[in-house]
Amino acid sequence: MIEITLIHYLFLSAIIFTLGIFGIFVNRKNVIVILMSIELILLSVNINLVAFSVYLQNVTGQIFTLFILTVAAAESAIGLAIIVIFFRNRGSIQVEDVNSMKG
Amino acid sequence: MIAHAIIFYFLSTITILSTIMVIASRNTVHSVFFLILDFVSAACLFIMLGAEFVGMILLIVYVGAVAVLFLFVVMMLEGNFEKIKQGFLQYLPIGFFIGIVIFLELIVVIGGWQYKSEFIGTSKIIYDANETNTEQLGKLIYTDFFLPFQISGLVLLVAMIGAILLTFRRRTNMKRQDMVKQSSRERVDSISSVDAEINKGVKVND
Repeated sequence: MIEITLIHYLFLSAIIFTLGIFGIFVNRKNVIVILMSIELILLSVNINLVAFSVYLQNVTGQIFTLFILTVAAAESAIGLAIIVIFFRNRGSIQVEDVNSMKG
Repeated sequence: MIAHAIIFYFLSTITILSTIMVIASRNTVHSVFFLILDFVSAACLFIMLGAEFVGMILLIVYVGAVAVLFLFVVMMLEGNFEKIKQGFLQYLPIGFFIGIVIFLELIVVIGGWQYKSEFIGTSKIIYDANETNTEQLGKLIYTDFFLPFQISGLVLLVAMIGAILLTFRRRTNMKRQDMVKQSSRERVDSISSVDAEINKGVKVND
């Protein structure tokens, strides 16, 4: 309990991951909060990778963290651009209004 | 050792509480601010672990770019966020159930990993404690991981072009200068000589 080991970090990242999944389910209507939950999930993965990389003394995990950061930044930029044009076309950002492609 | 533990528990408590506030706060702007707090405390955790470079990059990329991007979009849209929050309780049970199941699965994974202790020490990359974290990362990125590094740059380029293309719009009611149209204009197109009759005038069709 006093000595901080790898398990502590793994538990922390598991809690953040679960809260991110929970946020996606709970905020079904707000796309921006869904995007933020996805960022939280990616952050928990980053915590996992960095903790393993430090405790196994292998720097590769931190490099993959950098790649995950790149992909997360690209993903949020594209997602927010899609939200902006959706708001411009429909006048709302509610997920339930996204039904124009329904057959 | 005790100080280390106290700092870890302090930072991780802040991280978890701000994560809860991100998904639970009513105002989306507050969610973005709690997301910033979350990333800052995660960056502090990374620095505490000894991964300074990743922690600083997390601050720059997330707090400096992504969170500001979120703030811009939230303030630009200014939708009716009160109405959006109505289904909060409706999806609470299913979300809670799936969250608990995923958490238990992760705990099982963490517990099972403890019996796999032979993973330790299998790394081929030599970890030199005399070098700084940034030095180690740089030595690996520009040698072994050079191709993925370039490809991640390409991913960012594609994302930039995609975001610009998606949000770019040409307004129709604006008068713009059209170079080709302007310089390919002939005299016969724009000037016509008309014989004006007395007391009748000239009908102009523009």
